Amino acid sequence: MSVMGPPSASGRFGEYGGRYVPESLIPACFELERVFTEAWADPQFIAEYMRILTEYGGRPTPVTELHRFSEQLGVRVLLKREDLAHTGSHKINNVVGQALLTRRMGKKRLIAETGAGQHGVATATAAALLGLECVVYMGETDISRQALNVFRMKLLGASVISVTSGSRTLKDAINEAMREWVASVDTTHYCIGSVMGPHPYPYMVREFQRIVGDEAYVQTKELLGGEVPDYVVACVGGGSNAAGTFAGFADTSAKLIGVEPEGGAAINRGIPGVVHGSRSNLLQDDVGQVLEAHSISAGLDYPGVGPEHSYLASIGRVSYAMANDSEVLSALQLLSRLEGIIPALEPAHAVAYVIREAGKEIPLGSTVLVTMSGRGDKDAESVAQILGDNI
Amino acid sequence: MATEPVGTLEKALSDKKSAGQKILVPYVCGGLGDWIETIHAITEAGADAVEVGIPFSDPIMDGPTIQEASQKALEAGVTPSSILSEIRRAGFSIPIAVMTYYNIIHHAGHDRFAKVLADCGVAASIIPDLQLDEATDWIRIADENRVENVMLAAPSTHPDRLRRLAESSRGFVYGVGLMGVTGERSSLAGSASEIARRLKECTDKPVLVGVGVSNAVQAAEVSQVSDGVIVGSALIRRLLNGGGPQTAFEFVRELRKGLDAVPDSHLGKSGF
Repeated sequence: MSVMGPPSASGRFGEYGGRYVPESLIPACFELERVFTEAWADPQFIAEYMRILTEYGGRPTPVTELHRFSEQLGVRVLLKREDLAHTGSHKINNVVGQALLTRRMGKKRLIAETGAGQHGVATATAAALLGLECVVYMGETDISRQALNVFRMKLLGASVISVTSGSRTLKDAINEAMREWVASVDTTHYCIGSVMGPHPYPYMVREFQRIVGDEAYVQTKELLGGEVPDYVVACVGGGSNAAGTFAGFADTSAKLIGVEPEGGAAINRGIPGVVHGSRSNLLQDDVGQVLEAHSISAGLDYPGVGPEHSYLASIGRVSYAMANDSEVLSALQLLSRLEGIIPALEPAHAVAYVIREAGKEIPLGSTVLVTMSGRGDKDAESVAQILGDNI
Repeated sequence: MATEPVGTLEKALSDKKSAGQKILVPYVCGGLGDWIETIHAITEAGADAVEVGIPFSDPIMDGPTIQEASQKALEAGVTPSSILSEIRRAGFSIPIAVMTYYNIIHHAGHDRFAKVLADCGVAASIIPDLQLDEATDWIRIADENRVENVMLAAPSTHPDRLRRLAESSRGFVYGVGLMGVTGERSSLAGSASEIARRLKECTDKPVLVGVGVSNAVQAAEVSQVSDGVIVGSALIRRLLNGGGPQTAFEFVRELRKGLDAVPDSHLGKSGF
């Protein structure tokens, strides 16, 4: 049996997961579970999902060996290039799957939350492709630090709703999307962007993202003469690119490492709690109020984490480390200069970990696969500001 | 099979129902302004029980009004224990049901939270994000501590599930009046009377409708089918707009009058 198999009937990975949502949403969760289970066993559905990801999404994405970077660090680093997928990140894999399910359920409208804007752009893209209406909820703070993605969503025909409650970031965008979903669930599918939310979302989104790990498994084996990498590293906010990557390597000898932002490290610094539909590690105060995360990266600026990550941490299959904002900025610059690849701030956390731990946690000479979950264009303006460059 | 003894809240509401009168449960946000005096005032105005919100940072079942109230209360520094100890000190004369989100209970632990509720004289709990399939353990522990956990039923709930849900509910059954979050609406949704009718068909427990019940006219309209109403946002808005206990008293008295004018379906005449 796989370490990353399906969850229990109640949607649990060990003690984590479940379905903590208002009663109004229960029928929709049951319907989605049923439709996803059927579709994921239906060769025609899978063929269409694969066709779109291939012809339209640019899959398979390559694995690139980083020669100069590897030479400097003394470890052999391979990059899974989700930054080269259509829309610029791995998010397209999930939204194509969910948009096809939306059509299968006979619904005509998609809503989504977004932090960095990557999931919002991907959802707007899939909606345009399949002729669905799309509304994206985004915190006011994120709207100002991700202006490019806001404009892209509008070009793609989506409405972007500014969320002004709470910390005005991803957490509040999810709250608002859930409230809207309660009111519109008859006609609307909530396209959650990460491996979180009520069952079946954490499982379903991981399955739609496992293509990242499944491809990388085959690609790295070929590059490494039949071996798997010694280490597989991915950044973790909600944790969708990490879950997808790990799914391809969970049953191999590879050491799996998730890298959290220091200011939003739910696994490293949180305790189990319940928010946004599932039980998982959560940053909270001493009475159970959810804390605000603080990360340079809008996509990881989230106090929770997908339940399967809490499970993988609890059984020791995945180690979760942290990277801080300044390490991340250095990593972004180093990778850009040495390899001509400008990473998004999110995967720059994974790169930062490898830079810091090469020769320490990661012995010299090791092989390391890093998932480059997205490209850095969206962050150019905010990074320039931090680095004191006016653009 | 032994049946659960009827709790304080269910007894109070069932007595009211048997007397041919409609039930009125206003919602007050714990920690918002002069909330203790507000509860005394609405008791005097004819409320049968009060739902007291323990604010949570991420209230996904609440619309803008109750969100704002919760945030204000949190910014003022209230905690679950400060609210519960004030309830204990106040010793209200009508049953209190606390409404909060599940993480507050999960964080405290089921045993500890149920004991604290019981110690503080709280009759019941209402947890909008703890649905039937996840509620088993909390209901068992609440029962052991004589805390009545009220289940919420939605317009979208399937018939067989509605029956199970009503069976699991203690105190009363909370019919969610519309597909949406809390907040005032200009007219009563058709789904409000419909959920009341469906619930009345499958339970003898009191059936109250809340969410989108905004004034005396709407309260009276839905109570032609339900046993009464819960009114939250309409009251909270008045408090957020600067109203105090007197404003609350007047509004609740207005609701009370509206409900008292509903013909009593048991007796076929107006109840007083």
